[in-house]
Amino acid sequence: MKRNTVILLLWLVLLLVTIGIVARARYITDLSAFLPRAPTVAQQLLVSQLRDGLASRLVLIGIEGGDAVARANASRALAERLQPLDDFIWVRNGAAEAQQADLELLLKHRYALSPLVDERRFTVAGLREAIQSSIDLLVSPAGALIEPFMTRDPTGELVGLLGQLDAGDGPASTEGVWSSADGSRTVLLAETRATGSDLDGQQRALQAIGQQWRQLGPAQPATLRLKLSGAGTFAVEARRVIQSEALRLSLLSSVLILLLLWLAYRSPVPVLLGMLPVACGALAGIAAVALGFGAVHGMTLGFGVTLIGESVDYSIYQFVQSPLVQARRRLWRTIVLGVATSVCGFASLLPSGFPGLAQLGVYSITGLIVAAAVTRWVLPAMLPRDGLRLRRLSPLGVHAAHWLGLTRHGRMALIVLAPVCVLVLWTHRGQIWNRELAALSPTPVAAQALDTQLRGDLGAADLRHLVVVQGPDADSALRASERVASRLMALVEAGQLGGFNSATQYLPSAGVQRARLQGIPPQDELRRRLQQATQTLPLKAARLEPFVAEAAAAREAAPLTRAELDGTSLAPAVDALLMRNGSVWQALLPLRAPAGNDQTIDAGRVRAALAGESALLIDIKQQSDALYGDYLRQAGWLSLAGLLLMIAVLGAALRSLRRVARVVAPLLLAVLAVAAGLVAAGVALTILHLVGMLLIVAVGSNYTLFFERQQAHEDGPLTLASLVVANAATVIGFGVLATSSVPVLQALGVTVSCGALLAMLFSAMLSPPATLAAFAEAE
Amino acid sequence: MSELLRRAAWAALLLLPATAWSADELEALMSRLAAQRTGHALFTEQHYVALLERPVQTSGELFYEAPDRLEKRTLQPRPETLRVAAGIVHVESGRIKRSMPVQRYPELAAFIESMRATLAGDLPALQKYFSIGFEGDQQRWQLQLTPLDKRLAAAIRQVHISGVGIELRRVEVQQTDGDRSVTDIQPLP
Repeated sequence: MKRNTVILLLWLVLLLVTIGIVARARYITDLSAFLPRAPTVAQQLLVSQLRDGLASRLVLIGIEGGDAVARANASRALAERLQPLDDFIWVRNGAAEAQQADLELLLKHRYALSPLVDERRFTVAGLREAIQSSIDLLVSPAGALIEPFMTRDPTGELVGLLGQLDAGDGPASTEGVWSSADGSRTVLLAETRATGSDLDGQQRALQAIGQQWRQLGPAQPATLRLKLSGAGTFAVEARRVIQSEALRLSLLSSVLILLLLWLAYRSPVPVLLGMLPVACGALAGIAAVALGFGAVHGMTLGFGVTLIGESVDYSIYQFVQSPLVQARRRLWRTIVLGVATSVCGFASLLPSGFPGLAQLGVYSITGLIVAAAVTRWVLPAMLPRDGLRLRRLSPLGVHAAHWLGLTRHGRMALIVLAPVCVLVLWTHRGQIWNRELAALSPTPVAAQALDTQLRGDLGAADLRHLVVVQGPDADSALRASERVASRLMALVEAGQLGGFNSATQYLPSAGVQRARLQGIPPQDELRRRLQQATQTLPLKAARLEPFVAEAAAAREAAPLTRAELDGTSLAPAVDALLMRNGSVWQALLPLRAPAGNDQTIDAGRVRAALAGESALLIDIKQQSDALYGDYLRQAGWLSLAGLLLMIAVLGAALRSLRRVARVVAPLLLAVLAVAAGLVAAGVALTILHLVGMLLIVAVGSNYTLFFERQQAHEDGPLTLASLVVANAATVIGFGVLATSSVPVLQALGVTVSCGALLAMLFSAMLSPPATLAAFAEAE
Repeated sequence: MSELLRRAAWAALLLLPATAWSADELEALMSRLAAQRTGHALFTEQHYVALLERPVQTSGELFYEAPDRLEKRTLQPRPETLRVAAGIVHVESGRIKRSMPVQRYPELAAFIESMRATLAGDLPALQKYFSIGFEGDQQRWQLQLTPLDKRLAAAIRQVHISGVGIELRRVEVQQTDGDRSVTDIQPLP
């Protein structure tokens, strides 16, 4: 067989294998790529909460527009339709009928649940005080709360419990259903059966809500608007945006680059052949990520355009440049060196703790090497026997040499530019980096604002500060919660804490429940004490027989268990705060900041109060920002290492400090100018800008190498023309990325497109006059 | 006792249409009340609750600021503050602080809205919640307010407000279950 045939067959086989891997790969789009790989206990909790915790399964539903009655009717009708669906564990809108189950449970177990029940509660003095207090409440403006229960619960345990459960400023109510405090929006809350990381399940649940909403018919006047929010909504929307962006951006840049190639070649064959290395590289990249990571992140596909920008260059050089064997060998030495420096740059992403960045590294390295190999061996084998009849690109090269020659007059400006950029960066040194993880969130600010509003309406805690305790079983975690709660209570009374939640409010440990119930005296004894206690009160003991009977029954009752909470709103409340994590049980106590101007929690004080308990205070925002800060620092070091590696590779190939400096100087200047430009424009740099700067060096080195290596006996104008086309392709590819609405893609696009352009320009400006003269001379 | 009250109430209701009241008189009173911008008074409240053997008395202070701020500060037997501003009720009792829309508790709404709207001379607001009977003259007057809203009517039978000139002197809330409260008001300068 001929050599070309062997190559083509081998290529076809590899291509089929690759396509097979790509087709079977698992694609993920949740934000786990931005979560740590080797987290601390606190981070692990953070991640599991974000992924699968109750918070990730809640859908916040708002109904706006119309009038209060229409909104309330729609709320009732929607809840009624959603409740029976399999997609939801529960749906609540605050309608009184739905709270009946809660009320019955609280009433039945009031003596086991009420923290006011202690050894003194059922003494004569304790009874008198409690009953007097209930009478005061009865005649107060809120008397209606206790009136129906006065003879069964004269010590007011139920009212106390309701007040305690409501202490998180539960939702307001308008026309009998939950609403915002001003009544202008009706709100509902639903828990999906699908976990937060099951995006298909989340999407089904969201679609079900939309579908039921449209089918409400007369209960839904056209003026009403449905608003959805929650972690699942964000994740589903992020997936949609990432998928559509990846497709849109890849298509757009492919079309633009095809157009560019068409303008350059004016012939379909080289245009199509030129895209071949890109397509092969992209497929190989995805396959490598799928094999290496088990799953491909959607964001990585979005980065696919980064490959188009660089690998399309190789074929351009291949087609356009000299057909002489000697020249071709020289050309390939330069290309290989360019690929090597790029690979070094991308390699520094591999050890990143950000799985997303590591994927990008694997994808790019594989893609570049495969694209270069396909260009080197497969493309020649596919070329027509008589070669490509390319439109002469020499005039473009001559023109470019002329214009680039003119820019050399501005080289003095570069001497000024460098210190100016350094000065800009220096004056902004405090605010160069955005240190918040939220900066990478693909969720638009408007959607985050809606979420905040709905959360505020529903009184859902924002869960920023948490105390975590654990134990070998659920009850020991509850006991630990009770110990922590008593310490926290002291802070609440001192006004240093607004309050806190604990699973023990809904489900005290069995020991505490038993202790409370044991405080209830036997029936006759209770009757005797009651007689004495009510002597001076307007409410006589004879009226309180229902109380005596129920207290006696409670005394004999078994403690409340988690299973008994099923069917009430207390079940999800407990599950959100008490969960199994591997072999241990964890209980969370979310803290609320004290009311006041600053509304902050003094973490030091809380830690001091918890001294001696094996409880962990977690500030989730600080925790996630610290996590991101670590990444940023790590990425900084890795980038520096990558840069040094690239310089080392160049040094080994060029064997001259001066030549290395000539290749690297324009690149560093481009990076400096882009960084200063972004900072001056008020952009706070993220980790992706940093990666972008690394790419400026990795991609830009391909151009500067040609400027450094240009020799008189090659076809100068043709070489320069190919560089211009290649650079334009890179700028277009990343420029398209810069239009993305996904912050990480946008950051990368802006940085690299500007940087690549500047790298080309600065290379020309800094090159010796002889180089440009050589570019202007034909063979 | 309660049977007697019931009969009296029925008698009052039957007599109501017969009493000559004029829309002009009511409007005149309302516009005079609306001119009053602030008020400060002491109150003593008797609560007649069927469950209790004897009435329970509470007392405290009332503050009013036109058009929609009303504060009832109970001092005896236990301190409690009830404040309504812009349709939201704030209750403070010991460590418990709660805020809720007025409509959430009909008994509260009856007391608060009837008193606030009367103080503000806000006839439309009063007519939104109650049908209004007027007795007496501009010097000595009495309003009989009967709830229109179904939820409100389920809990409240009637509210009587009587006054002298532009001062409220007594508010009586009669619940449908027979319980009632009588609030005597002594204006402070």
